[in-house]
Parts: sequence; structure tokens; C-alpha cells
Amino acid sequence: MANSVNRAIAEPARHDEHHHEEHHDLEGLRMMGFWIFLITDCILFGTLFATYVVLSGSYAGGPAGAELFEMPGIIAETFILLTSSFTSGLAVLSMNRGDRKGLIGWLIVTVLLGAAFITLEVTEFMTLVHEGASISTSAFWSAFYTLVGTHGLHVSIGLVWMIAIMIQLGRHGINSVTRRKVNIVSLYWHFLDVVWIFVFTIVYMMGVM
Amino acid sequence: MLDKIKEFASEFFVTGDPLIYGADVSIGLTLIAVVTALTYFKKWTWLWRDWLTTVDHKKIGIMYVIASLLMLFRGGVDALLMRTQLAIPDAEFLSPEHYNQIFTTHGVIMILFMAMPLMFGLFNLVIPLQIGARDVAFPFLNSLSFWLFFFGAMLFNVSFVIGGSPDAGWLAYPPLSEMSHSPGVGQDFYIWGIQISGIGSLMTGINFVVTILKMRTPGMKLMKMPMFTWSVLSSSLTILLAFPILTVTLALLFIDRYFGAHFFTLDGGGNPMMYINLIWMWGHPEVYIIVLPAFGIFSEIVATFSKKRLFGYKSMVFALMSISLFSFFTWAHHFFTMGSGANVNIFFAITTMIIAIPTGVKVFNWLFTMFRGRISFKTPMLWTIGFIPCFIVGGMTGVLLSVAPADFQFHNSYFLIAHFHQVIIGGVAFGFFAGLYYWWPKVFGFKLNEKIGKWAFWTWNIGFYVCFMPQYVLGLMGMTRRVSSYGWDKGWYELNLTSTIGGFLMGIGFLFQVWQILHSIKFMEKDTTGDPWGGRTLEWSIPSPAPVYNFATLPQADEKDPWWEEKRRLAEGGAPKPQSKLEPIHMPKNSGVPFIMSAFWFVAGFGLVFDWLWMAIPGLIGVGACMLYHSFNYNTDYYIPVDEIKRTEAAARRVI
Repeated sequence: MANSVNRAIAEPARHDEHHHEEHHDLEGLRMMGFWIFLITDCILFGTLFATYVVLSGSYAGGPAGAELFEMPGIIAETFILLTSSFTSGLAVLSMNRGDRKGLIGWLIVTVLLGAAFITLEVTEFMTLVHEGASISTSAFWSAFYTLVGTHGLHVSIGLVWMIAIMIQLGRHGINSVTRRKVNIVSLYWHFLDVVWIFVFTIVYMMGVM
Repeated sequence: MLDKIKEFASEFFVTGDPLIYGADVSIGLTLIAVVTALTYFKKWTWLWRDWLTTVDHKKIGIMYVIASLLMLFRGGVDALLMRTQLAIPDAEFLSPEHYNQIFTTHGVIMILFMAMPLMFGLFNLVIPLQIGARDVAFPFLNSLSFWLFFFGAMLFNVSFVIGGSPDAGWLAYPPLSEMSHSPGVGQDFYIWGIQISGIGSLMTGINFVVTILKMRTPGMKLMKMPMFTWSVLSSSLTILLAFPILTVTLALLFIDRYFGAHFFTLDGGGNPMMYINLIWMWGHPEVYIIVLPAFGIFSEIVATFSKKRLFGYKSMVFALMSISLFSFFTWAHHFFTMGSGANVNIFFAITTMIIAIPTGVKVFNWLFTMFRGRISFKTPMLWTIGFIPCFIVGGMTGVLLSVAPADFQFHNSYFLIAHFHQVIIGGVAFGFFAGLYYWWPKVFGFKLNEKIGKWAFWTWNIGFYVCFMPQYVLGLMGMTRRVSSYGWDKGWYELNLTSTIGGFLMGIGFLFQVWQILHSIKFMEKDTTGDPWGGRTLEWSIPSPAPVYNFATLPQADEKDPWWEEKRRLAEGGAPKPQSKLEPIHMPKNSGVPFIMSAFWFVAGFGLVFDWLWMAIPGLIGVGACMLYHSFNYNTDYYIPVDEIKRTEAAARRVI
């Protein structure tokens, strides 16, 4: 195992039979690297959550979260993002069947749902600012916008990334490289979904309760 | 129009200080000299092809070492400026404002732009060779890490002549570092310089965890890894868990300053102590991140130069890992005086004291390794032996500081300054110097002059004690950190003067090291053996400097100290291990993307510092474009054919 990994330390260029196995190991290496990156991303969000919790009562005379959160929109966002996680899973299943059309199709659905999520979130932020709760209103709102916004930024980056992978799938088809890329982006997407569950629970549900 | 330009320039450039004007001139002249030399000797292509775009871990390691030694020079000059100011009472060498800037940049540069890159340099130079790998797991990412560090460090250093340096201390505590108290751009240089290089550090952590866990040569089980590899693993794991906190903390400070948010402000419900907790949740693990690899280096050296197997291998591994773990539970000991209450302080006092136990275990292991060994006192070993008493005293004063009630007296006094300089110079700097001396022949293929090296060692060591021992006393006498002057009536004069003399002795030690390197380059004493010290681990089994692919065939490592065992077997008349057939070697291609992407980060960071969106936005777009370009590039590797491997190996006099 370690032996063949060593022989294949770079991203593959050729895809002939001879080198097929070592590419497989290389892709495994990259997969593991991404898992470790996700650990660091967990710490990043953990720090933001901790900051949010510490500052969650610091309204400084400004509006509280409970006064301004509009739950129907938030619940819609939640279901859209959860569904997109499901469709990204369907994309991976299509890939495992070797169905490139299905794969790209489900990725397009995922991107559209992700874009809908971002649109709703931006609308929500604009409404909040309009109602007098901006990032400089109080420590609470600073923490709110930063935490939720960082998640939104992650989702937006995921959208660009997914589109780039779809183009590569169109060019190269399903091979060991694109397979790894799809697996990684879908892992990333599920991770953002899990983070959102915490945002939903800690920021919104506990905020309005 | 002309007035406008003049007004802009007077704010944009740092003006009014003869020291700075001198620096302006020297920076300008150096730049002109470099550009002229590169053009005259037609070296631009060489620079781009062989260095700026390289993904070879050995070359990246060399670049890290060069950059960090330059930073050591700058941080050292900062230190000597401060010591000059403090040499006599009521001195007017530096203004208080200038003094604030210098202690800030001294701290940041020494920890983040000297110790960290020197450490990463050693990771890069040694780890793949030590575990029998051909490169790190992600060579492209490795190059990106280096360039992010480099451009981050440059962004930070540019504040020296453009815009003004940060002056709120090396950790930039709010509210002092907030817009309300530091409206200048210095603090923004601080944020973006560290942020950009911090992303690079995080990626290096990921890279080396995967490299060590996945790319070891056949036979090398975890519990057979060399101790330096273990220490890098523990340090890298700590980076993974600590650096994201730094990223967030600096981002929050930036959001406060840029968007008027209220995380750490005094108004709007902000909580400055939150910042201090967060920054030390990173900051305390950070000091272990830099010292753990030094422990690994000492372990390698002490075994090699005692000609004995390292004593207590398992307890060493246990000690490294437990220090990594406990480093996350001690952060509040940096501010016992904050008023968190007795119970909180007790918890953090005890966790701090616990760390002394695994550290003590390591010291005894090193001593027992030397016990009844045939010790040869070469320079790497001298630094190791110099380190042990120094670190013990530093550690002991650390335990004194960890006693929370006593800390109310020691807090922010020169006692603390002396303590952390003793563990960081005596532990980290001595360790990395030892490592550089030890692996220098492997990296460059020639030895460093031992005689000048001994001069450097003794001036550094004596200088260290002369400089910092008086500071313990000064601390107990009531001198607090960061004061830029003191009166004659304090009675601190003699000790401060002594301390300054010690500081300059260390400066002379540094000059000896520079002379040593230049002298050794001139009188090139080649290392033809590949194993000048009688080494024990795999890096000594290949020629010096290592060929681009490191190992022609992957070595089999079934025992600890595989190269030592192999040599012993051969000496006893055994047959050499059968080597597997040569095969084409798969290598990564060079790439200019890391350099260009990091340059875009620099542009974006500079734009954000001055709030110039016309500059920041294109910079960030450039960063994104580079990422996409790399993602779409499928032509990133090549094979070294067997013939070429044979030629290279024959040239290195190791016929296969």
C-alpha cells in the first residue's frame, strides 16, 4: 500500500492500464487530505459557534434575534439545503453506476437548490438590515452575520466548485480523477449540511424559543 | 495636484525617522543589486524554473531556511535596538511609539516568520528522506504553503516603510488593536500578513499528517518511525487543531475594524477578553507546535552522537503526544489576572504543571541515551547539550509562573520575558540550529566548519545567559515588559546594561554563523559518503545532496534505526538487502500557480490594508482564477525513465 502510494505522488496525467492502480492510491491520499481539511473546517465553525454563544445575549439595546427572525423563510432554506444534500448523494450514486448524464443532471439540481438557498439567505440578510439589525448594530448581530455568513460563503464557493467539476466531467468523463473530485465535493456539501443543522438549531431555534 | 501627491506620499510612506530613511535606502539598494545581478548573470529563467516554480520538497525546504534566516536577522536587529534603548536609564535612542512598533514586530517576526518557517524548512528537508518517501503527499500544496508564507511575511514587513508598523503587541490585544485605538494601517498589515501566511501553515500541517501517515516506506510501522518524524506528526496534528482558531480570531478582528462590528470593542456589547481567550487557544498550542519538532531533533542528534539507540522510545512517543494534547488545555495561564475566578485558575494551573511531567520524561530519556555512550562533541551535539540545562531552568521558571497566586506578582514582568525567551531560544532556536547543523551536509552536500561553529555556539550560549539571567532579577525588582525607558532612581541600570551586553554577544554569535556558512561555501568540504555523522535513519543511506527522486528503489525498514542496523549487518559480513528492480519514477511537474496565486493574495491583502477595493477585488479574483486554472489542469506529472535513474545513481557513485 504505502509502496505504491510512494510511487505515485503527483496528480495523474495518463490513464493507461499500467498506472491505473497507483492512481487509485493517489486519489485515496487526496481523499484523506480532504477529510483532514474538514477537521480544520470543523474547528473553524466551532470557534464561530463558541463566539456566537458567548455574545448571544449582547444586544447593546438593539433588537434581539427573536424579534426579527422570520422562521418560515428559514425553514424553507433548511429544507432546500437538506434536499440538495440528498440530490448530491444521488449524483454520486449515478456516478457509481457509470451514468455520466445522471451524474451531471443531479449536480445541476444540487447547484440550483444551493443557489436558491443563497438567494433566500441574502434576501433574509437584506430584510434584517432594512429592519435595523446590521453587522455593526451590536455584538450579537456581528456574531450572527459572521457565523451564518461564513456558512453562506462556504456554500457559494461550493457552487462555483461544482460547476467547475461539471465542466471537467463533460471534458474527461468519469475517471479516477473526476470520480475523486465528485466524491470530495459531495463530502464537502454534506458537511455544510451538517453545519447548517447546527446553525438552524443554535442560532434560529434556540434564538426564537 | 502636486500637493495632493505630496500629501498622499507623506501618509503612505513612513517618514520622519532617520533609521527608517536608512532602511529605505538599503532596501532600495538591495533590490537594485538583486535585479542587476539576476539580469547580468542571465539568471531569471534559472530563478523561475529551478526555484520559484519548484515542487521539490528539498528546494522548498532550502527556500524556507533562507527566508527564515533573513527574518532572524530582522527580528534580531529589532531586539538589539530595544536592548540599546534599555541599556541606560532615560535613553532617547527610540521614541516610545517607535519602541512599541519594534517590540511588536520583533515578537511577530521571531515566532511566525522565523521559528515557523525554519521549522517547516526542516520538515521539508528531512521528513520525506527519513520515512523513505519520494516527496510529500501534496507537492503542489507544499509549494503554495511556502509562497503564502513568503508573501504574508513580505506584506507584514512592508509595513516597516509603507503605512507604518503595527504597535499593539505581538498578539494585538483589543481594544488597543481596534479602530478606536489604532486607526492606522499597521494593525491591518498585522492581520493580513499573519492571515495569509497562516493559511499556508495550516496546509503544511495537513500535508505532513497525510505524508507521515500514508507514505512511509514498506516495513516502517508507526512505532518504528524515527523520533523526529513522530515529533513532526505531533506538531502537525496540533497545527490542524490550533490554526483554524487563529484564522477565525484574526478574521473577527478584521471584521471589527473594517465593517464596524462589535466582537471585541468596548461598546456595542463587545467582549475584548473573548479575543484574549481565542488568541491564546491558538497561541499556547503554537509554542508547543514550534518546540515539539525541536525535541525530535534533539532525540535524533543525541542518539547519533552517543552511538546508542534512543533511550525510552515508547515513553518519548507518549510524551510528545501527551504534550500535544495538554497544550490545548492550558491557554488561560496567560491571563490568570483576568479574574476568571479561583476555580478556573486552579484548573489551568494544574494542567500547566502536568505538562512538566512528559517534558521531564524526555529530558531523562536524553540523559540516559548519553549515559555510557561514546559521545562525540560535534556542533549539533553541542547545541543539544547546551539546550538541556537551559531548557530545564526555563521549564522550572515556567512552573513557578504556573502557580496562579504567585503569577499575580510575575505577570507581565521581566521575569516572564526571561522565562519565555529561555524556553524559546534555549528550546526552539537551539533545537533548530542543531537540526540545521546536523542535516546541513545532507541538504547541501558539504560540511560546515566545526571550529567557527564552536565559536558561534559559545558566544550564543554565554550571550544568552548574560542577556536573560539579569532579566529574571529585573522582573522580581518590578520592571514590567514593554516599558521603553526607566529612571535612574529605579536601580535597574546595571542589570539592564549587562542584559544588553548579552544581547550583543548573541548578535556576534549570529555573525559567527554567517561567517561559518560563507567560509564553508568557499572551502567546500564535500560530503562524499552521504553519511558524515554515522547516522541511524534512512536519510543517511542516500547520497548528499539527495537526487531529485530521493530513493532509486524504496528501502525496506523492518526495524528502528534501519540504516544503523543495515550498516551493522554489513560490518558483520552479512549480505546487503536485495533491492527491487528499478522502475520509472512518477514525479510531479513544476508549477507557477502557487507563486502567482500567493502574489495575488499579496495584492488583495495590500488592497484590504489600505481599504482600496479597486486593488483588493482584482487580487481576490486572481486568487480564484488561479484555483480554477489548477483544477482544470490535468497535465501535472511525468515519469523519470530507468536509464536516467541509473545515470544519476552512477554519478553519485552508487552503482545499482
